[in-house]
Amino acid sequence: MSAKTDVKNYTGFRTLTFVCLFILYAPLVVVTIYSFNASPSITVWEGFSLRWYGDVFTGPESGKFKAAAINSFSIALIAATLATIIATSAATAIVRGGIFKTRTLSLGLISLPLMVPEIVLAVATLIFFNAVGFTRGYMTILVAHIAFCIPFAYLPIQARMQGIEDTYEQAAMDLYATKAQAFRRVLLPLMMPGIISGFLLAFIVSLDDFIITNFVKGAGVETLPTAIFGSVKQGLKPNIMAISTMLLALSIVMVTLSYVVSKTDNTK
Amino acid sequence: MTENTQIAVDVRDAIKRYGDFTALHRISLGIRDNEFFTLLGPSGCGKTTLLRMIAGFEDVTEGAIFLYGEEIEDLPPHQRPVNTVFQNYALFPHMSVLENVSFGLEMRGASKADARTRAGEMLELVQLTQFASRKPSQLSGGQQQRVALARALAPSPKVLLLDEPLSALDLKLRKAMQIELKHIQRETGITFIFVTHDQEEALTMSDRIAVMSAGEMQQLGDPRDIYETPRNMFVADFIGDTNLLDVSVEGIAAGRATCKLSGGHRLTCDAVDGVNAGAKVHLSVRPERLFLSDQPTAAESLQGTVVENIFIGTDISTIVDVPGGQHFTVRTSNSDRGNKRILDPGTTAYVNMEPGAARLLVD
Ligand SMILES: Nc1ncnc2c1ncn2[C@@H]1O[C@H](COP(=O)(O)OP(=O)(O)O)[C@@H](O)[C@H]1O
Ligand SMILES: [Mg+2]
Repeated sequence: MSAKTDVKNYTGFRTLTFVCLFILYAPLVVVTIYSFNASPSITVWEGFSLRWYGDVFTGPESGKFKAAAINSFSIALIAATLATIIATSAATAIVRGGIFKTRTLSLGLISLPLMVPEIVLAVATLIFFNAVGFTRGYMTILVAHIAFCIPFAYLPIQARMQGIEDTYEQAAMDLYATKAQAFRRVLLPLMMPGIISGFLLAFIVSLDDFIITNFVKGAGVETLPTAIFGSVKQGLKPNIMAISTMLLALSIVMVTLSYVVSKTDNTK
Repeated sequence: MTENTQIAVDVRDAIKRYGDFTALHRISLGIRDNEFFTLLGPSGCGKTTLLRMIAGFEDVTEGAIFLYGEEIEDLPPHQRPVNTVFQNYALFPHMSVLENVSFGLEMRGASKADARTRAGEMLELVQLTQFASRKPSQLSGGQQQRVALARALAPSPKVLLLDEPLSALDLKLRKAMQIELKHIQRETGITFIFVTHDQEEALTMSDRIAVMSAGEMQQLGDPRDIYETPRNMFVADFIGDTNLLDVSVEGIAAGRATCKLSGGHRLTCDAVDGVNAGAKVHLSVRPERLFLSDQPTAAESLQGTVVENIFIGTDISTIVDVPGGQHFTVRTSNSDRGNKRILDPGTTAYVNMEPGAARLLVD
């Protein structure tokens, strides 16, 4: 491409890019900065303080947040683990076995929920639970999270798996390994970066989910996002900014980790 | 049956189809115990398919495969006492060299310590002891190739399958590995089934060669057989250089056929069953079994004109046009130059044939 036609040289594009980035990140930056505000006001800056972070753990709402955090983390851990196991089995079956057509179809079916509006999924899940007569509560949240975490765990795993030639398993079986041994000793270690990446992604997606959780949770059972929402409805206080900033930091760490792990090459 | 003629792998009427496409047409083949056996043929002729059927990675559509008398075509790969050196080596990238080599032994139930000891011995055999703790990606192509060999040999398979193991190496390394492989085969006494598309490699290394083309066996024999008495046009053309001449058979007498070239010249050669007077056939004459002279030396000497001399290291290759629009390639060894004549381009030359050099071939 000649320098003349390079899109980077159109000043309009550059400006547009900056505007987009600004709109995207300005609120996050503001929330992060004001979470360290000494003032109880959410708009007037009165100097640096960790007061609201302390408030999250010891303030009047700390009991509510603690219960919600326990729910959130235990659900995220169980849902991500189970979703990762299911996604790993699915990837193994789909990428290794089957003819091409079913392979494309299965990939489409598994990743479709990523493109469906979440509200539709939420309503559908709620209708499903009502139909089978589940009482809403911790278990319904967990089951819903396992289900919607699967595609997130699946994508990095199957991407990894496609990069692994099947001659490795054939070599293992040629060297007297059964199918199961070939999977455990050769395929699984080679897939591990994809599996860890999928787990981290599923974990954070579960931890951050609001819409589906809000639909399927029972009264009195809260996760962090629903607890925050509930708290905000009673008025915006700086402790919400502190807890949001902590969640944001955790998300950034997990997503970055997931990306880094998926790019690691354990074949070297 | 004596020890020497025991059959290691017996392929009986094996057919392989992929849908409508037949990759192997009814192959029958007996590979002897302790021999260096080569499957030779151009790319796509079905060599890998046959090897994978023996290893257990492809079903046999029809027919049977026996390994030392035991029928194996329905056994899964891990139950067949054969090991493979894969074309791309397929070394486990997450394991060290030593772990790679001990993998097969551990899977066969050896203790970790025993497996490691034996793996160490195998690495000694292929001279890679100092690389035991490296990962495969930290080795050169030639070293990876030797690890693949050590890994496949470690569990002492009854038969070792090698799928074009040397094709990725450069010429010098390939020559060295040819000798090493041959040496290791002798030393271990394991039956090797070696796949290559390189006829020179096949001739150098093999005890016997099966020449394949388009899923069919063309000829089975030792390297000399294949080279000197090719059974058909394909084999004559594929193995080494040869002069292929279109001729018609004029008459047959006392086991000799008189053949007429398009230029009217006559040559005699051994007759072949089923070829009668009037048949259009081919003669194959190896260039090194022809020699040039400036005067006729026999009744069959062919007069022609030298077109070109090509220097090819140990030999000189001379192209001679003869009447009738045909030409001969004549090879003269450089060390023979004192005895045999090299003639300048444009001069008249006579092409002479050693007795028995011309071989009659049907399509
Ligand atoms: N899985 C397959 N499906 C369809 N055709 C195949 C398959 N594997 C090999 N073939 C065909 O069978 C023929 C023989 O292949 P192969 O044994 O790999 O040849 P070679 O090793 O002699 O180069 C080729 O024409 C190839 O296209
Ligand atoms: Mg091949």
